[in-house]
Amino acid sequence: MAQRYTRRKLLLGGAATGAAATLGFPYVQAQGAWPNRPVTIICPWSAGGGTDATARIVAAVLEKELKQPFNVVNRTGGSGVVGHAAIATAQPDGYNIGIITVEISMMHWQGLTEFKPDSYTPLALMNEDPPGIQVNASSPYKTVRELADAIKAAAPGKMKASGTGQGGIWHLALVGWLTAMGLRPDHVAWVPLNGAAPAMQDLAAGGLDLVTCSVPEARAIIEAGKARSLAVMAAERNPAFKDVPTLKEAMGIDYTTGAWRGFAAPKGLPADIANLLTAAFKKVNEAAEFRDFMASRGFGVRWADGPGFAKFMDDGNRAMGVAMKAAGLAKG
Amino acid sequence: MSTVTEAFALVLQTDVLLAILLASIYGLVVGSLPGLSATMATALLVPVTFYLSPIAAVATIIAASAMAIFSGDIPGALLRIPGTPASAAYTDEAYAMTRKGQPELALGICVWFSALGGIAGTLSLMILAPPLAEMALSFSTYEYFWLAFLGLMCATLVARSSPVKAIASMLLGLLVSCIGIENPAGTPRFTFGVTDLLGGIEPIPALVGVFAVSEVMRAMLNPEPPKLPYRRFGSILKGQLELTRTYVKPQVRGNTVGIIIGVLPGAGADMAAWVSYSMSKRLSKEPEKFGTGHPEGLIEAGASNNASLASGWVPSLLFGIPGDTITAIAIGVLYMKGLNPGPTLFTERASSMYALYIIFIIANILMIPLGIAMIRVASLVLRAPRASVMPIIVLLCAVGAFATGNNLFAVLTVAAFGVIGYVMERNGYPVAAMVLGIVMGTMVEQNLVTSLIKSDGNILPFFSRPVAAVLAAMTIAALLWPIGVRLRSWRPRSAPSA
Repeated sequence: MAQRYTRRKLLLGGAATGAAATLGFPYVQAQGAWPNRPVTIICPWSAGGGTDATARIVAAVLEKELKQPFNVVNRTGGSGVVGHAAIATAQPDGYNIGIITVEISMMHWQGLTEFKPDSYTPLALMNEDPPGIQVNASSPYKTVRELADAIKAAAPGKMKASGTGQGGIWHLALVGWLTAMGLRPDHVAWVPLNGAAPAMQDLAAGGLDLVTCSVPEARAIIEAGKARSLAVMAAERNPAFKDVPTLKEAMGIDYTTGAWRGFAAPKGLPADIANLLTAAFKKVNEAAEFRDFMASRGFGVRWADGPGFAKFMDDGNRAMGVAMKAAGLAKG
Repeated sequence: MSTVTEAFALVLQTDVLLAILLASIYGLVVGSLPGLSATMATALLVPVTFYLSPIAAVATIIAASAMAIFSGDIPGALLRIPGTPASAAYTDEAYAMTRKGQPELALGICVWFSALGGIAGTLSLMILAPPLAEMALSFSTYEYFWLAFLGLMCATLVARSSPVKAIASMLLGLLVSCIGIENPAGTPRFTFGVTDLLGGIEPIPALVGVFAVSEVMRAMLNPEPPKLPYRRFGSILKGQLELTRTYVKPQVRGNTVGIIIGVLPGAGADMAAWVSYSMSKRLSKEPEKFGTGHPEGLIEAGASNNASLASGWVPSLLFGIPGDTITAIAIGVLYMKGLNPGPTLFTERASSMYALYIIFIIANILMIPLGIAMIRVASLVLRAPRASVMPIIVLLCAVGAFATGNNLFAVLTVAAFGVIGYVMERNGYPVAAMVLGIVMGTMVEQNLVTSLIKSDGNILPFFSRPVAAVLAAMTIAALLWPIGVRLRSWRPRSAPSA
C-alpha cells in the first residue's frame, strides 16, 4: 500500500504522455484526471446470474489494473430494459460504464425501448456463447442432419423446441436455423419456458423434441447422460465439447449466432478515456484470472475493441431484425 | 469410510468453520430485515466467494440461506411482518401467539423445528438424492400446472376470513401477476407504456408493502395497544421437546412435503410453507384453533420450508437444475469453484459431497444457539415504543426494496401495495391470499400455456400422464371437498322442510 502511494507520488511529478497511458500503464493514469474516484459498472441483470458474475470478475481485475474501485451495481427491472437505459443515459464521464448483453440488439425491434447498439460508446466485447442443438439422450436422431431431415418431413408445428421465452435469443437462433434450411420460422413450434434450465429439464422429461440453448447451459444435463448435443451454431467447435460439430461442418449451413456480453459507456464518452478503458479491458481479457473464471463457468471468451465491438453489434443487430421480422416478433 | 474422514478434514478447516460462522450471523441479520430475502442474502455473498476456497464458498451459501429462511420468522412473529416470503404463510399464526403472551414459544418453535426440518432435508439429500432427482426429472409442465393450481387453492385455507373474500384476494393477486412481458407470449401486458412495469411486479416488494407498510399505517391510525406486560423472555427451548413429542405427525408431514416440494425445480421454500400450513389445518383434529396462536401449523410449515431448502440442492447437484432461486445462485458458485454439478460429483468428488452434507448439518445445529441469541436481541423490539419502531420499519422497507434492483420503482411498488394491503385488511380481505396469487400466478399460467402448446391444444395429457393424473385427482378432490361437506350438512336440515 505504502509502496504504491510513493510510486504514484513520484509519477505525479513526472511528465507522462497520453501515448504511454494508452499502452495501459496503470500508474500513469493515476496522475491524469481519470480515474481518480470509484467507477460504477451498471449490470442490467440481477445479482447471482451469469452476466452479474462476469461483470464482477471483470471489475475485480479492472480494480487491480486501474487502481480504483469498480463497483458493480445491479439495475434490474423491465426484463433488462431499465438497466440498459440507465447505462445509455448516464453521465459520459468515464465513471459510469455498464455491461450490455445481446438483448440490446433485440428489444428495440419489439418496440420495448428506444435504445439500440448505437446508443452507446462500445468499449469491449468479452464473451459470446453460441447455441447448441440438444436432443434427449434416447432420441432416435444421432446427427443434426438426421434431426433436420425429421424436421423437414414432419408436419409444421409437430416438433416442439424450447430454450427460453417467446422472442428470446435461443428462439431466434432456432428461427435463424430453420430459415437457413428454407423452412418457415414456425415449422418447429416454440414452447416458451422461463430460461434454459427448465427447457433442458423438460427435454429430459420427454416433453420436447429439441432445445436450442448455449452449450454451457446444457452441460450438466448432457454430462448426466440425459441429453446429447448434435451441433453448435458457431464458426468453431467448443473446446469443452470437441466432438460436437458446427452447423457448417455437419450440414454445410453457414449460420452462426450467439448470446454475447460486452462493456459500453454512454454515448459521448471522451475518446481518451474510451481508449484507456479499452486497453484495460484488453488486459482483463488476457488475464489468467478472467480466463480461468470463464473456463470454469463454460463461458466462451471473445475479444473485440471499441470499433470491432460496434461492427459486431451492428451485424448482429441487422441479423436479429431479419430473424425477428421473419418470426413476426418485430413491430412495424 | 475414508471419503467421510476426508470430508471431515475438508470441513474442519479454520477458514471453512469461520466462513460458516460469519455467513450464519450475516444470514440471520439479513433474513430478519423485512424486504431483504434469503435469495438476496445469497446473491450478495457471491462476490465474497470469489476469494474463498471451494468448500468455504459453498459453506457460506448453505449457512447464510438456512439462517435467513429461519430468521424471516422473527419479525413475522414479533411485528406481523414476514422477513421472507417463505414466512408469510404462518405470520398471522406466530403473531397471534405473541399477542397471547407466548412470543418465546412461537419463536422457539420456529428455531427448533426449522433446525429439525433442515436436518431432515439434509438426510434426504444424503440418502435419497438419486431417486428424488429422478422423480424431479419426470415432472413436466403438466405436473407443474397441477402443483401450482393446488398451491393456489391454499388461499382459502390459510385465511381466517370468509372463503369468498380469500378467493377474491387471490384473484387480485393473479391479476397482478399478469403484469409485464414475462409471460408465455412475450407480449407486454398492463404495462401502459411504463418501462418499469415490463418486468412485472416482483413478489418481494409487494409482500413488504401489504404486510409491513400496511401494518405501519394501521399503527398510525389506531391507539397503541395495551403494552404486553414486560418480562424477560423465558427459556426459548422450554417446551419444545414436549411439542416435538406431541406433534410427531405434523412434523413428519411437514418434512416430507418440504422435501418433495424442494426437490421440484421452481417450487421452493415459499410454496412448501404455504402447502404445509394449509395441509396442517385441513388434516388437524382442531382446525378451529388455527389462526388463534396454535403451534401445530407453525411446526409443520416451519419445518417444511427449511426441509425444502436442503432438498432443493438435489436437482442442482445432480443435473445443474436449480430447485429455487437460492440454488440457482449456488450453481454458479459451484461451477466457478470447479465443483461442476453432475453425477460425477457424487462419484469422483464424493469427499466434497460428504463435506457439503456435513456443512448442512453443522449449519442447522448452529442455528439453534445463534437463533436463540438473535431472538433475544430482536425481542427488545417488543419493548421499544411503537413511535420509534414504526419509522424504522418504513425506512428498512424502502432500503430493502431499493436494494433488490437499485431501482426506485421497487420503493414505489412497496408504497402502492402498502395502501392496497391496508384497504384490503380494513375490509376483511386477507392479504396473504393475494401474495399467494402473485407468487403462484406466473407458474400456473406458464405451465398451462406451455403444456397446451406442447399438446397442440389437447387437454388429455393433463390427465393421462400418471403423476399428472394423481395431482389432478388431488386438486379436483380439494375443489369438491367444501361442496361435499356443505351437501352433507345441508341434507338433514333441508329434509323436513322439503
